[in-house]
Amino acid sequence: MAKLIGSIKVDIQKCKGCDLCVIACPLDVIALSKDANSKGYNFAHMINPDACNGCSACAEVCPEASITVYRVRV
Amino acid sequence: MNNMNITDIVNPANLVYKKNSVLNDLPMHYCPGCSHGVVHKLLGDIIEELNIQEQTIGVAPVGCAVFAYKYLDIDWQQAAHGRAPALATAIKRLLPDRYVFTYQGDGDLAAIGTAETLHACNRGENIVIIYINNGIYGMTGGQMAPTTLLGMKSTTSPKGRMYERDGNPLDMPKLLAELDGVCYVTRQAVHTVGAVKKCRRAIKKAFEYSALNKGTSIVEVVSTCNSGWKMTPDFANRWMVENMFSKYPLGDIKDTIQA
Repeated sequence: MAKLIGSIKVDIQKCKGCDLCVIACPLDVIALSKDANSKGYNFAHMINPDACNGCSACAEVCPEASITVYRVRV
Repeated sequence: MNNMNITDIVNPANLVYKKNSVLNDLPMHYCPGCSHGVVHKLLGDIIEELNIQEQTIGVAPVGCAVFAYKYLDIDWQQAAHGRAPALATAIKRLLPDRYVFTYQGDGDLAAIGTAETLHACNRGENIVIIYINNGIYGMTGGQMAPTTLLGMKSTTSPKGRMYERDGNPLDMPKLLAELDGVCYVTRQAVHTVGAVKKCRRAIKKAFEYSALNKGTSIVEVVSTCNSGWKMTPDFANRWMVENMFSKYPLGDIKDTIQA
């Protein structure tokens, strides 16, 4: 069966750490980082990259449009 | 099972979602988790999808979205407080081949701009009105607006809005749907992925209807103001679902073209 493998790229300087992508992700791939960006926000990053299937849920709800999603079928 | 690493996946051939080209790279001034950002993004998506970047003119309001002209790479006009539909009327009449939309909050559209909004809709101007309703005046610090729910706390109603003192919340789209000049009224939200997709379809429909010259299209987006409501973005979304949707239920209110 074909499997979808996804990955996201977060523009960490635009991310404001609102947590909405973390809640929207159905596979618990994303979490807020302990590090902060230059504005002091804890940006979102992938903590569980193997689980991502590139569904784009995080990018759809992101108010800053800071998430880019990639997906391959293997 | 797979021997792919992230660098294999992250390449332009595998792209499924990226920021649209209409939205520029400037970081937005909105608070973290603000619904305005999502609606800006949807507008950019639709303008890019319909390929009308050169033909679209937006009218920015007074309110948090006062700097909307900085974020979307289209032509903009800045209106006086509440007067966006009047200005949009002039633009649409002078340049009838353009897509003209106003982007207004509830303090702008439902309070100071009630007369302009009602009369623009009554005349059936062929414009799109995007109405962001978060129930308070977000920009000035969370004062009570006409759309504030009964019992909802704000800085000017610290014990909650009372009917005896402050009247009832104003449901503008329902009011405007009664007017013959209005062809499409819908109420959406952007709190979940499904809601965002529905809202995108609704705004796209409104833009398409405005080109048919059949009247005004209104898209209300029930939004959160997590700073003004003093909540986290996630909690504000849940509060909106629990409290706002009973007074402002989602869905199409009027559609004379498809009906």
